[in-house]
Amino acid sequence: MLGVSVRRPIAGQLPPRSTAALRRRLVVGILVLVSLVLVTVSFRDRDDGRLAGAQEAAASGLRPFQVAVDRIAEPFRDAFAWADSLLTARSETETLREENTALRQQVVRQQLAVRENARLRALLEYRSGLTFPDGFDGVAAAVISRPAGAFAQSIVVAAGGKDGVLVDDPVVTEQGLVGRVTRVGDRSARVMLLTDDQSAVSGVDVRTAASGIVRRGNGPRSALRLDFVPKDQVLRVGDTVVTSGWRSPRLSSYYPRGIPIGEVTSVGRTDTDAYTQVLVNPFVDFTALGSVLVLVRRVEP
Amino acid sequence: MGLEFDLLLLTIVGIALLTGSVPGAIAGFFGGLAVDVMALDTLGFTSILLILAGYWAGRYGETTGRGRAYAASLAAFAMTLLVGVAALVLHYLLGDTVSASAALTPLLPSALVAALLVIPVHNIARSVLGGRAPGQPPGQVELV
Repeated sequence: MLGVSVRRPIAGQLPPRSTAALRRRLVVGILVLVSLVLVTVSFRDRDDGRLAGAQEAAASGLRPFQVAVDRIAEPFRDAFAWADSLLTARSETETLREENTALRQQVVRQQLAVRENARLRALLEYRSGLTFPDGFDGVAAAVISRPAGAFAQSIVVAAGGKDGVLVDDPVVTEQGLVGRVTRVGDRSARVMLLTDDQSAVSGVDVRTAASGIVRRGNGPRSALRLDFVPKDQVLRVGDTVVTSGWRSPRLSSYYPRGIPIGEVTSVGRTDTDAYTQVLVNPFVDFTALGSVLVLVRRVEP
Repeated sequence: MGLEFDLLLLTIVGIALLTGSVPGAIAGFFGGLAVDVMALDTLGFTSILLILAGYWAGRYGETTGRGRAYAASLAAFAMTLLVGVAALVLHYLLGDTVSASAALTPLLPSALVAALLVIPVHNIARSVLGGRAPGQPPGQVELV
């Protein structure tokens, strides 16, 4: 502008702002350089040099200062720890929840293993016990498929032809008769349960020796019934029914004698019926089969 | 990197915001040197980090951060991240065994906490060093 004096920088002299920036950068550059020198010397010197000795002496001298700083920092440290615990609480909860799930699964697996162990032990005791049928070997097998519904009364077990299992071999547990093998694969076999419509087992009442045919029951009250029991036989509720294991010169039952089947739960007679109506509750819980024994006929040498 | 270092960083940030880049860098140098001496660590290591933190926080305070209420929190947040990454790089250059995930994972939460903790630190620094509170009108105007 005209009439106004403008102050110009003298030639060769930097403006004050540039000088300040230069000074600033120079100071920072020197400090960084000193630090780098210190890092280099300290790094090379390590533990046994003069610098290390000086550092140790200085550290001893600064110890009270360090204690004071530590006390000043304490509330901040507490605040930091509090904030840190808040931040990590969520992830810790997730981790604990996952661990809890894993442990719960482990407990369930162990409980199943304990139950399986008890079941196998019972089978083993049964196999070596006095009530185990003569002339048979027991092939222990896990149940790998259970009845899918009311219409499929069969199971698949993990023992087959390679284990010596044949069609029509009886299948038992330590509780009693399960059924009969109807199909055999190499390492598996299908077992028709007593509760199947096609199943028929000759049974005998242990107390009265009244014999009949055990078949699937008609109603929900009892899973099995004992057919063809003569009217003159007086059966009682609570009687035990076992396999009769009959044998004729040309034929024999699939089942050896004396395998428990069930307990009589109802006995009825009507004038019109030719036989006594006997309902039997099986000893075996067909809905909870875990392991079974397939009775394989022992081959005499 | 312990909390003492973090508190020192916040103090340096507070000083730098109040006094400028050169005093911030000088405070960073001596503060870092004191930490290295007391911790019997490699001398100069923390100094380099805190010089840069003090200088940049000071420059921010001298320029865009001047008079802003959130300047201290923003500077503390940014400097915590910067110093964390720079420390990792320096450790790597010095041949130390460092786990990037272990070093970088807590960085963001630490920066957030630092942004909160710097507020009382900055207030204490202001009461000691003197200075205008953010938003307070300046007492005089400097003509350039």
